[in-house]
Amino acid sequence: MTLAEKILSQKVGREVRADEIVMAKVDLVLANDITAPLAIKEFQKMGGKRVFDGNKIVFVPDHYTPCKDVQSAENVRLMREFAKEQGIIFYEIGRGGIEHALLPDEGLVLPGDLVVGADSHTCTYGALSAFATGVGSTDAAYAMAFGEIWLRVPKTTRFIYKGYLRPWVGGKDLILFTIGKIGVDGARYKAMEFTGEVISRLNMAERFTMTNMAIEAGAKTGFIPFDSTTNDYLKGRAQREFTPFDLGEADEIIEIDCSQIEPQVACPFSPANVKPVWELGNIRINQVVIGSCTNGRLEDLREAVRVLKGKKVHTDVRLIVIPATYKIWEDALREGLIEIFLSAGAVVSPPTCGPCLGGHMGVLGRGERAVATTNRNFPGRMGHRESEVYLANPAVAAASAIMGRIAHPKEVL
Amino acid sequence: MRLRGKALLLGDDVDTDQIIPAVYLTSTDPQELGKHCLEGYREDFPSRIKPGSILIAGDNFGCGSSREHAPWAIKGAGIQCVIAKSFARIFYRNAINIGLPILECPEGLPADEGDEIEVDLEGGVIRNITKGEERRAEPFPSFLQEIIQAGGLLEYARRRISGRA
Repeated sequence: MTLAEKILSQKVGREVRADEIVMAKVDLVLANDITAPLAIKEFQKMGGKRVFDGNKIVFVPDHYTPCKDVQSAENVRLMREFAKEQGIIFYEIGRGGIEHALLPDEGLVLPGDLVVGADSHTCTYGALSAFATGVGSTDAAYAMAFGEIWLRVPKTTRFIYKGYLRPWVGGKDLILFTIGKIGVDGARYKAMEFTGEVISRLNMAERFTMTNMAIEAGAKTGFIPFDSTTNDYLKGRAQREFTPFDLGEADEIIEIDCSQIEPQVACPFSPANVKPVWELGNIRINQVVIGSCTNGRLEDLREAVRVLKGKKVHTDVRLIVIPATYKIWEDALREGLIEIFLSAGAVVSPPTCGPCLGGHMGVLGRGERAVATTNRNFPGRMGHRESEVYLANPAVAAASAIMGRIAHPKEVL
Repeated sequence: MRLRGKALLLGDDVDTDQIIPAVYLTSTDPQELGKHCLEGYREDFPSRIKPGSILIAGDNFGCGSSREHAPWAIKGAGIQCVIAKSFARIFYRNAINIGLPILECPEGLPADEGDEIEVDLEGGVIRNITKGEERRAEPFPSFLQEIIQAGGLLEYARRRISGRA
């Protein structure tokens, strides 16, 4: 059996295999300020009175927060009131942050869990060896009512990363390289497994970056095997007991030699349109965003600071830094990272998904171009339909902010 | 059920940001969302949609975000049905859950914009009346047929809740 089959078998209560459609019990349901309002309305239309278990449902207002306008404030008000009435876990701004950085750090997601989130990047939690997948608002409503979700058991593609990593290459580059190799639907409906010697040496932040972007290859979820790094991360965090599952079989295996991989950049308008940074030439930019559920963790901010320390952001560029949670913000302040960003001429924003989806706090105008550590670069993703987003790791983003064009960190150090 | 309407064509990898740009996501009203349906694909697309239009897309339709606003915008715009070579998985489940008819046809249906299309949902048959072409769609697994026949997951849930009460 595959890891996906093992976890889902436990949640269904019998042995299940790939391609079966099953009704499975969930350990956690998540929704945000875009998807929860719709889910609440659907829940009420279903005739739902009480949620199945408020302690297994988490609401995180993070997309349009701090609220950008009256409508977004009304949406969060609805969430807040419903959460209070139903005993749902609710993270107010100032105490929470971006959902996919927050939930693991809070110890709410654990190995072997089945997590459904009304957000496509819910697959992030696969770095903890949980089966975590994005669903819609009606699914979230159904899961809130019954504690169950319908799922097609996915087939599994295992990626084995061999060799070593070159300087300035990390989790972001590996996942971009992988998506570039298999395409935006290369893992459609499948579980991806990221394994091998290179993965076992990655820290948790880099692992979360990889599983976060499994959806960008169309995958249902992305797993990283449980090991001592996972165990160390969960010590003092885990809010429940857990039993991790071992990796099992795989339907397909793809080996990747990492030793030749340079820092990668996904060019407009697809996360699969990937090139090594050296091949890009002189691409002038207007904005850099360092943050998001993909790359807004403390380790990501440290990477950016390694490049930015003692330097200034290019006069033609705005640099927006977004620590992913308030706890990360506080840690970055204590470590002196925030001061380095400010001295360089960056703006440091409160935790929000804002600019990643062209929502607020850094939207692009017509013809503008950004380098971002986010996860999508579809047409109009960060603002105007004729704006462009290049996806990269935090060090490349920082180097680009200094140079005013897409740059390798080596060019500034 | 048989549906009949004019074809509107789309390419591959049309993502949810193109179906309904994020700027409209503070609304949960299908009619309101429908006014901006596919505006991110082409600015004038909403004006090309006629009530009863049938969307014919390529591969990986609806990739990207989990926003259910995407199928709601399509439904709200009055589009009857989406035919694609393949669907991204969250869009696929969202469409089934909200009762937007979708058909997966890996070989694709040859069509030009405005061709008269007929769809037999139960039989899984798609016809281009204008061109005289016919294709079969992938059949739905039986559990999904139950949801589709109930009119979506909401109605399926309502029956489950009222049955329990």
